[in-house]
Amino acid sequence: MKKILNGLAAFGLVMAGALGAATAAEEAHNAAEPTHFPIMKPTQEKWSFSGPFGTYDRAQLQRGLKVYKEVCSACHSMDLVAFRTLADLGYSEEQVKAFAAEYEVEDGPNADGEMFTRKAGPNDHFPSPFPNEAAAAAANGGAAPPDMSLLAKARAVERGFPTFVFDIFTQYAEGGPDYIHALLTGYDHEPPAGMEVAEGTHYNPFFIAGKSLAMAKPISDGQVTYDDGSPETVDQYSRDVSAFLMWAAEPHLEARKQTGFSVMVFVLLFGALVYLTKRKVWSNVAH
Amino acid sequence: MSGGHSTYSPTTGIGRWMDARMPLPRLIHDSFISYPVPRNLNYAYTFGGILSLMLAAQIITGIVLAMHYVSDTTLAFQSVEKIMRDVNSGWLLRYMHANGASFFFIAVYIHIMRGLYYGSYKAPRELLWILGCIIYLLMMATGFMGYVLPWGQMSFWGATVITGFFTAIPLVGDWIQQLLLGGFAVDNPTLNRFFALHYLLPFMIAGVVVLHVWALHVVGQTNPTGIEVKSKTDVVAFTPYATIKDAFGMIVFVFVFAYFIFYIPNFLGHPDNYIQANSLKTPAHIVPEWYYLPFYAILRAITFNIGPIDSKLGGVIAMFGSIAVLFFVPWLDTSKVRSAVYRPWYKLFFWLFVANAIFLGWLGSRPAEGSYVIMAQFSTFYYFAFFLIIMPVLGLIETPRRMPNSITEAVLEKNKAGASVQPAGAAASPEVKG
Repeated sequence: MKKILNGLAAFGLVMAGALGAATAAEEAHNAAEPTHFPIMKPTQEKWSFSGPFGTYDRAQLQRGLKVYKEVCSACHSMDLVAFRTLADLGYSEEQVKAFAAEYEVEDGPNADGEMFTRKAGPNDHFPSPFPNEAAAAAANGGAAPPDMSLLAKARAVERGFPTFVFDIFTQYAEGGPDYIHALLTGYDHEPPAGMEVAEGTHYNPFFIAGKSLAMAKPISDGQVTYDDGSPETVDQYSRDVSAFLMWAAEPHLEARKQTGFSVMVFVLLFGALVYLTKRKVWSNVAH
Repeated sequence: MSGGHSTYSPTTGIGRWMDARMPLPRLIHDSFISYPVPRNLNYAYTFGGILSLMLAAQIITGIVLAMHYVSDTTLAFQSVEKIMRDVNSGWLLRYMHANGASFFFIAVYIHIMRGLYYGSYKAPRELLWILGCIIYLLMMATGFMGYVLPWGQMSFWGATVITGFFTAIPLVGDWIQQLLLGGFAVDNPTLNRFFALHYLLPFMIAGVVVLHVWALHVVGQTNPTGIEVKSKTDVVAFTPYATIKDAFGMIVFVFVFAYFIFYIPNFLGHPDNYIQANSLKTPAHIVPEWYYLPFYAILRAITFNIGPIDSKLGGVIAMFGSIAVLFFVPWLDTSKVRSAVYRPWYKLFFWLFVANAIFLGWLGSRPAEGSYVIMAQFSTFYYFAFFLIIMPVLGLIETPRRMPNSITEAVLEKNKAGASVQPAGAAASPEVKG
């Protein structure tokens, strides 16, 4: 065993050297014509749901829902999220019903074979702002705005070596919300001199797939009214909507982490007992 | 070793009745209770048990997931999200299954490396090794098809790229690809046959595992010294000795597995697979699951034509060759000494091989451009050189270190050496030097 560990240590050193040399080769790029995106890496923000005991901040999720409803939902669908699940945000059954009733969904056919629209109920999902993807693309300069149900898990800027190794131990799993927050607050950066930004697109150094994107700056200070006294700034809106989207993508995150703690404690105790048993069993055998 | 005299003697009437008609209890007793194992096995030898555990876990979670999954391109992605959101504990089942695949591969890689380090493939264990290689191949096929099922962007594009390899094969390539896809592109027929095969292959793996364990129980386990069992003092009974040690190994493994499931369940996945498959939108970098990355790097390292073989076919040959070469390892290694413990040079080249394989994996995750390609070519060269040059040549020229005469002697020698350093601890707890 000791030999194996020594071997592992030696090989770790070799690896570190080789990878260090390799990452250095990746660095060089030109400011006006970048080839690697995003141009700037998102900063790591503090989230209530990070870490082994993380939980969602209900007030923040409610604010995020408000931002989604008043701003994002004009273009972005959220097909996979049902209104009934909003109870997780701390709303009562009546509040959920009332919230759903503000939306209309198509239903049918009725007894006459006609499709009809009705008020949405708790079991309906958020309706899409566009009748279909082609319509969404046509209304948005050719690119349909992505569905937001899983956005917080579907976007993450690559962490690179060796950060991704440390991420295992720090349990960093907030690449999605960090990215969304960075993108929403990143529109005020000016493109570097000499850079050409394509017509109809908007420069954002945090955009994961290019130097500019079709979405214009979506939100400004004071655009959404908060009734809990939270600052009505782009930064705060971005944090809140990112947290909300994390919940939308991973609604069972709290249950997962709580179950995880019990499992880890159980496995640890069970493991300790089995180890002691193993010692006892082997105590009369040299090996 | 299990060919020896059976020590099973039923004590109850029912036991004797059963034993005379269908001696299943005798088989179990001889295989998992009285079966003799070398007394000096370390924790690297617990991975066989860990792999059985992972196979069982994957089959059980997989069957329950299949009760909720819909293999239709318009519904597959939504059905997986339904599992994540609405099915009771569905998130746990899916994260267990997805991370389970990764941990299955982590375990199998350690298991294979252990075999390479201690020379477990050498006579009379060639068939045992080859059966293991077949299991590994089946695992790769199963893992690949399973990754397609959620119908995310990486599912779709990974399937497109990997089935595209087959078109490189002269004459029959296109036909094979169309047979795999059930059409001309990855679509509904592809998804359906992949689902059917993904459900079938694990049971084939289980079948080959039975053969693998059977072969193991005929020839007996190797051990860190590589010396065959010579006397009764060299071995201990499987139960309780190996059972309890395997159990502890499994629990430590499960601890790490659980850490990933509950705290970083998406760490080993690709974010793009949370975007529904779209045949009109190609992801910037198509990368397979991490456990295929070394082979993906080898595939892309061949950027040049060799005579009539163009670079595409060359890459495919290199990639399949990198796995095929494993089958010949028992005959490529010419050394008379089995274990790397007594082979100082082999030990060095072995660890370089491990480092190189991990480095290849990292290169597989990089775009195939610039210096990455050159590094991948060097790494690919070392990968093959290890098997085709170092193994045969080193066995002939290396001077092995002095070997003990038996397992018992090795154990006693080691304990004596340990005792001189740490007299009190050695006698009281010999296992800490495992």
